[in-house]
Amino acid sequence: MTDLSTRSPSTRDWLLSDAPSTRRQARLGSLYQGWLTFRANTLAMVGLVILIALALMAIFAPWLSPYDPVAQNLADRLMPPSAAHWLGTDALGRDILSRIIWGSRVTLFIVGTVALISPILGLLIGTVAGFAGGWVDQILMRITDIFLAFPKLILALALVAALGPGIVNAVLALAITGWPPYARLARAETLAVRNADYIAAARLQGAGPARLLIGHVWPMCVSSLIVRVALDMAGIILSAAGLGFLGLGAQPPLPEWGAMISDGRTYILDHWWVAAMPGMAIFIVSLAFNLLGDGLRDVLDPKGAKE
Amino acid sequence: MTPMLDVAGLDVWFGPAHDRVTAVRGATFAVAPGESFGLVGESGSGKSTILRAVTGLISGWSGRIAVEGKAVTAMRRDRAFQKTVQMVFQDPYASLHPRHSVDRVLSETLALQGLGDVDRRITRLLEDVGLGRGFRFRYPHQLSGGQRQRVAIARALAAEPRLLLLDEPTSALDVSVQAEILNLLKDLRAEHQLTYVMVSHDLAVVAHMCDRLAVMQAGRIVEIMDAATLRAATPREEYSRALIAASTWQR
Amino acid sequence: MTAPLLSIRDLRVTFPTRQGEFQAVRGVSFDLGRERLGVVGESGSGKSMTGRAILGLVRPPGRVTAARMDLDGQPILNLPERRMRAIRGGRISMVMQDPKFSLNPVMRVGQQIIEAYRLHAGGGRAQARAKAMEMLAAVQIRDPERVFDLYPHEVSGGMGQRIMIAMMLAPDPEILIADEPTSALDVSVRAEVLNIMDALVRDRGMGLIFISHDLNLVAQFCDRVLIMYAGRVVEELPARDLHAARHPYTRGLLDSLPRLDAPVDRLAVLEREESWRTEAIEGSMLDAQPGGLR
Repeated sequence: MTDLSTRSPSTRDWLLSDAPSTRRQARLGSLYQGWLTFRANTLAMVGLVILIALALMAIFAPWLSPYDPVAQNLADRLMPPSAAHWLGTDALGRDILSRIIWGSRVTLFIVGTVALISPILGLLIGTVAGFAGGWVDQILMRITDIFLAFPKLILALALVAALGPGIVNAVLALAITGWPPYARLARAETLAVRNADYIAAARLQGAGPARLLIGHVWPMCVSSLIVRVALDMAGIILSAAGLGFLGLGAQPPLPEWGAMISDGRTYILDHWWVAAMPGMAIFIVSLAFNLLGDGLRDVLDPKGAKE
Repeated sequence: MTPMLDVAGLDVWFGPAHDRVTAVRGATFAVAPGESFGLVGESGSGKSTILRAVTGLISGWSGRIAVEGKAVTAMRRDRAFQKTVQMVFQDPYASLHPRHSVDRVLSETLALQGLGDVDRRITRLLEDVGLGRGFRFRYPHQLSGGQRQRVAIARALAAEPRLLLLDEPTSALDVSVQAEILNLLKDLRAEHQLTYVMVSHDLAVVAHMCDRLAVMQAGRIVEIMDAATLRAATPREEYSRALIAASTWQR
Repeated sequence: MTAPLLSIRDLRVTFPTRQGEFQAVRGVSFDLGRERLGVVGESGSGKSMTGRAILGLVRPPGRVTAARMDLDGQPILNLPERRMRAIRGGRISMVMQDPKFSLNPVMRVGQQIIEAYRLHAGGGRAQARAKAMEMLAAVQIRDPERVFDLYPHEVSGGMGQRIMIAMMLAPDPEILIADEPTSALDVSVRAEVLNIMDALVRDRGMGLIFISHDLNLVAQFCDRVLIMYAGRVVEELPARDLHAARHPYTRGLLDSLPRLDAPVDRLAVLEREESWRTEAIEGSMLDAQPGGLR
C-alpha cells in the first residue's frame, strides 16, 4: 500500500519511459500508450462506458430488475410506461425493463461466444492458408468461398433448422457462418507479412513453421481481427435477434431482445413500447460496439501506429 | 585452405518451371576464412539473390554452395549451418518484428540456437553492438534506424556465427549513422574473427569494408578484383570501369 | 542582384504532439534565383518538409508560418487550396523520390502528361498531345510514340523518373522542387536524369531546389548549398566550396563518408552538439539583413 502511494506520482513517467528496465514495465508501458490513444477518442469512450454498463447490468440482473422477468400478470398486460413499470409490460403482463435487464445476459452470451469462436476459427484457417500457400491454400480458400457464397442469415437459418431451434444452436450457427470473412482478412494479412524480412530473419535462426505462424504471423493479424470483430458485433447481435425474431433462437419464456420484438410486432400500432423498448436496447448496444471498434482501430491498427 | 564459402556454377531462378526467371547465372567465387568479400552491381544484377540462395531463403537454385567445405543441399538448412552462417538485412525498419521487443528478439534467437544463460548473453550481445542494457526491453518503434540495425546485428551474432552475410546493411541509414555501423562491423569482424560477404551498390562502402569484390551485371559475375584495383579504377572489364565512372557525376 | 524567383524568410512548420509542439522546420530563410540550389541534411532535418511547405502540401494538424514566402514578389503563404492548386504544378512543380508511387498506375503515361498540361495550360487535346511528345523528347526518351502508350509498371525506374520530370515540366514551371529524385535509381541511370535536369535548368532558366542526403552529388550538381540540421539551416555556401565547409556538422557529414580515393581504417563519427540546434548561421548574408534583401 505504502509502496504504491510513494510510487504513484511517477507511475505515469514509469509507464511512458522510453527505456523500460523490465519486461513487465515494457508491456504495461505499451498498453498504457494504447489506452492514452483510446482515451483521446471520446466516442469510443462512450461506447466503452455503455458496454461496461451492459456487463454490469448482466452481472447484477437479479438485484437490478424490479420484477421476475418470466412472471406473468395478465391483469397488467400491455400497460404503457409508468412509475410501476418504467418501460411498460408486454402481452403477458411481464415487466419489459426486467426482461431487457435479464436479456442482456442472453445478448452477452451470444456475442461473447460468437466473438470467441468465429475469429479464432478464421485466424487459424486464414493464416495457415496464407502461410502454407500451394494446395493447402487452394483447398482452405475454396471451402471459405463456398461458405461466403451463401447469404449469412440464410445459412444460419438452415443450420438452426437442421440442429433444432434453441439459443445454443443459434450461437453455433452464427459462429459457423461467421468465420469466412475473418479467414479472408487473416489470409490477406498473412500474405502481407509472409515475405517480410523479420520472418526471413527468424527462419534463418531455425524457427519452424509453427513457431513462425504463432509467434510472428499471429501478432500481426490479431489486431485487425479484433477491430473487425468489434465492428461486426452489432451485426452478430442483429443476426441473433433476427433468429430470435423468427422463433429459431431463444425459446420462450427466455427473455431475448430479438424474440421480444417479435412478440411485440402484433401490437406495434397500439402498444408501440412492447417492440420499441427491446429495439432501442439492441440499437444502443450495437452502436456502442461500433464506436468501440472505431476507437480500437486507432489503437491497434499497425498501419496507423507508425509514429 | 578450405574456403569459408565456396560458390561454383550457381544458377538461381524464381517462379515455376514454365515461367522461370533466372536471376543469377553461373556465379563462381570463393571466400577465404577471415576475408571480407564484396558483391557490387546495380539493382537486378542478382547480388542479393546470391545471399538469399546461400541462406536457403530461395529454394530454386543449382550448382554448388559449400560452407567450410561442406556442400549444402537444396532442402532446408540444418542447425549446424545456422550456427555458422547468419545474415543482416538491408532495411532495419523491415527486419525487426514490429511487435517484438529487443529482449524477445534476442531470447527467441538464443532459445532457437539452444543456448542457455540468456540474461548474461543478451547483456553481452547488446554491449557488443554498442547498445546499453537500457535497450533490452524496448520495442522497435522506440529505436532509431541505427539502433535497429545494431539490434539486427546482435541477433545475427547471437548464434556466434563464423560467416556473416551483409545485405546492404547501411543503405537505409543516414551517412553519419552509416559510419557508426561500418565501424562497428569492422570491430566485430576483428574481435570475433568473422568472415564477411557484403552486398552493396555503394562502391566506396565496399572499398572501405572489403578485401576483394565481384562486380555483377544482369545475373553474371563480370569480374573479381581486389579493393586496390577498385580504388585505382583500373579494372579489366569495360563494365566495371563504367560502373566506377558513374559513381561520381560529372557535368 | 536580380529579384529572386522565390523568397522565404523565417519559415516554420509546426506539428502538435502529445509532448507539446514539435517544429520540423525552425526559421528557414533563403532566396532562390535561376540556379540550382541544393538542400542537404539527414533524415529528420526538415529538408523535405521545407519543400512540402513551399508547395502548401503540409497536412493539418501541421501548421506553416513564415515572415515571408513570395513567388515573384507575390505572397503564396497559406493561400486557399484552389489558388494553391493553380500554382502547384503550374508555376512550381515537384519531382518525388520514387516514380513508382507518384505515377498513377492505371493510366497510360502519355495521358498523365496531357492531363497535367491541360490542367494548367488548357488548350485542345491535339495541342496537349504534341506538347507531351515534345516533353518526352526533351527528357531524352528516344521513342516517345511508344512510351506514350505504356503504363507506369511497363517502364523502368529511370524511365519512370524521366516521365515524371516530363510531366512536371509540361506546364513550363518557374521552379522545380526535386526531393531525392535520384536516390531510388541506379548510378548509370542517375547520371542521365541529372543531365536532363541540368540542361532544363540551363535552357529554360528555371530555379531548381534539389533536396538530397548525398553531399557529394550536391557538391557536383548544384550552384549553392544549404545544409540543414534539426529544422534549421546551419551553413550556406557555394557548392564548389562544400568540401571546404567550416561548420562542424557539415565537416562531420563529409568526414563520415567512406571515399574511394582516400582509404581510412576507421570512419570519423559525427559527434552532435547541442549548440548546432540554436546558434546563428555563420557567414550568411540573410542574417546580416534580417529584413531581407530586395
